[in-house]
Amino acid sequence: MDPMQPVLELRRIVRDYPGHRAVDHVSLALEPGEFYSLLGPSGCGKTTTLRIVGGFERPDAGDVLLAGAIVNELKPWQRDVSTVFQNYALFPHLSALGNVEFGLRERGVPGRRDRALRALDLVRLADKRDRRPAQLSGGEKQRVALARSLVLEPKLLLLDEPLAALDPALRKQMRAELKAMQRKTGITFLFVTHDQEEALSMSDKVAVMNRGAIEQFGTPEEVYLRPATRFVAGFLGAINWFGQAGVRPESTRLAREKPEGLPCRRAAVESSLFLGNCVHVNAALDDGGRAIAEIPREQNHFREGEIVWMHWDPAAELRFE
Amino acid sequence: MKGRALGIYAGMAIAFLHAPLAILVAFSFNSGRFTVWQGFSLHWYRAAMLDPQLSEGLINSVVIALFASVISTVIGTMAAYGIWRRSAPVLSGTLYLSLVTPEIVTGVSLLALFEWAFRFLHLQLGLYTVVIAHVAFSIAYVTIVISARLRGYDRTLEEAAMDLGASQWRAFSRVTLPAIAPAIAAAGLLALVVSFDDYVITSLVAGVDSETLPMVIYAMARRGVSPVVNAVSALIVVAFGAIVLISQRLQAR
Amino acid sequence: MRKIFLLPARFWMALFFAAPLAIVCAYSFLTRGDYGGVELPWVLENFTRLADPLYLAILWRSVWIASLATVFCALLGFPLALFISRAGRRKNLYLQLVLLPFWTSFLIRTYAWIFILRDTGLVNTVLMRLHLIAAPLQLLYNDGAVLLGLVYNFLPFFVLPMYATLERLDPALLEAAADLGARPFATLRRVILPVSAPGLVAGSVLVFIPCLGAYLTPDLLGGGKSVMLGNLVQNQFTTARDWPFGSAASLALMLASALLLAGLMRSRIARELM
Repeated sequence: MDPMQPVLELRRIVRDYPGHRAVDHVSLALEPGEFYSLLGPSGCGKTTTLRIVGGFERPDAGDVLLAGAIVNELKPWQRDVSTVFQNYALFPHLSALGNVEFGLRERGVPGRRDRALRALDLVRLADKRDRRPAQLSGGEKQRVALARSLVLEPKLLLLDEPLAALDPALRKQMRAELKAMQRKTGITFLFVTHDQEEALSMSDKVAVMNRGAIEQFGTPEEVYLRPATRFVAGFLGAINWFGQAGVRPESTRLAREKPEGLPCRRAAVESSLFLGNCVHVNAALDDGGRAIAEIPREQNHFREGEIVWMHWDPAAELRFE
Repeated sequence: MKGRALGIYAGMAIAFLHAPLAILVAFSFNSGRFTVWQGFSLHWYRAAMLDPQLSEGLINSVVIALFASVISTVIGTMAAYGIWRRSAPVLSGTLYLSLVTPEIVTGVSLLALFEWAFRFLHLQLGLYTVVIAHVAFSIAYVTIVISARLRGYDRTLEEAAMDLGASQWRAFSRVTLPAIAPAIAAAGLLALVVSFDDYVITSLVAGVDSETLPMVIYAMARRGVSPVVNAVSALIVVAFGAIVLISQRLQAR
Repeated sequence: MRKIFLLPARFWMALFFAAPLAIVCAYSFLTRGDYGGVELPWVLENFTRLADPLYLAILWRSVWIASLATVFCALLGFPLALFISRAGRRKNLYLQLVLLPFWTSFLIRTYAWIFILRDTGLVNTVLMRLHLIAAPLQLLYNDGAVLLGLVYNFLPFFVLPMYATLERLDPALLEAAADLGARPFATLRRVILPVSAPGLVAGSVLVFIPCLGAYLTPDLLGGGKSVMLGNLVQNQFTTARDWPFGSAASLALMLASALLLAGLMRSRIARELM
């Protein structure tokens, strides 16, 4: 097998639901051993795309290729991919170990007890192997679900918003764990999320989806710093629109005097939000729009109602057709 | 799952449940006496209307069902409300037990009670013994239907009423009772159907002059098949269906 | 105040449910009188008589037919409940379709089978007209007819609790099983059945209890040839007028039903279903 052959390739996938097109000609190729995210707002078709890869739904048009072979017709149990479901979908009648053994048993893998124990060890749950899902915390369930899929050593692991059900502190911790797990196992991860912070912090590459189509596919830096479309720019962080030019709040500066030789706009300070390490100054532009400037705390000497100049480095401008 | 196969199987199971009744009703319109279609006729309906035994049975059944359903609805509603306020395990257990007690056992034990009591009282089996028996097995149905409604009912509503100065009785009658009125009506209709339908217990505790409609039908079925029974059955099936649908509408409210 | 609400039900159930059972309980230890009444002395003979081969056979036959009816209800009812639980918006319609015949008269539902199965009934008439048989088949008045009637009459008792558990089965579990390599049959065996076991047990008990104590169905469809416990009780109280023995049989039947119900209510299953 060609080592650089994509693990997964989607070729112009279409999926229609009554009344709307959930997936609209999506093409994508994933390299082995990388961490990918499918990022977009709810209803953008990212979960449907994932379900098509997992074999739970069929594309109406286009091809799904796993390791170079078209798998459109293959059932979920015939595909060498595994899914971590949003609410984990752990079998309530089986222990943690029983859940992890499930797939091994179905595939007739020898020495499944040892392999399952090793997988539970990997997610640091060896001591809770006899617990039922109802006796596990949210984070533990999450890790059992992960072990249950990883133990099968799939070519590709699909994760459907697996952190959505966790509380914020745990979610941040699990991000790091997931990333570490991906590096350790070398399995390709395809992670579906609507949280841009999650996608940017974990992924090697991010595919940003909107209305059933991929708007941009690139590294986190690329999609954040050089968004291909207005949608991507707006979805991946706050953005100020100064006419045709978009400027991120952290690239927007404030001054009392009109700066020389820089693009600028007059604005009235409306409020400022203290965020700890920085301050968000909200201002009303003279054309009726609004903008935010993110400035260091010690530079915030602007008062509400004060008329100021918002300016920025032309190099930081994001322009779209 | 293999969706299509499952659907076909389920369709066959549902057909199995409906076909016998559909066939029974269809042949009530047959002009011939035998199980061969000989043309449409309302002859057997006319015969059913004119049959004195059937009319007498119908009147007895209606009288019994009306009395039994009203009495059991009142008692069952009160019981459900009392249990809802605070659990009454012995009464609840007794009600559940009455539901699973085989009808034949309920029947013979009531018969034993009545015959024993008649040694001291100068009474005999009649319509009233049937009413007593029907109330005894209907209370459980009524209580269950109304308890189901009360389970979704907010306790604080009554407390609010009392907080606003209503006595406990007025809190019940002005706040809770109107809220569960549809369930009470549904339970009453259910009790009506259950009472009207009973054969086993009725046949044991009914007096000689108080044959009910199911008893007449049973005797006819025993004697051999007559399309008159089909006609009566069709009428009962339609009437029951209508009552139960109304009852379920009320419960869903 | 609350006590007043409970009073009528307590009174009625005590007088017309508990007291009759207590009388039957007492009678079961008494002796049959010369004119069909009951007399002293107190004896245990009525219960030992239940162990006579003749009555043991009836007991065994009742248990056997009720068990078979339960199995058939499960075979018919499980796929039906599974189908309804997956029917999306039409769930309620299908559920109504299952329940509606159940709410029409029990007697008439049983009579319908007489109409279909008797010698000149629909099945025999059709088969003879098609010249598939020369003489009518004996379809009625045997164990098979009783079994058919019981399954027909009590199928909804199985479908309802079964549906209640299957309906709460998370569809993602089925997808997870498929994802982990389980084919549909393996998913059924390893996920659906174990997870919905409470409904299966509850449904089975709820079918078994009324089948064990069935009277009308064996009476009408078994035609006296297929005697079950319920018929034995009825016979002892009416034709044979041996009330003490009839009482003992009633008590045995009652006890079996009550124990099964108590077992179901005390188990984890009841908590999950209510």
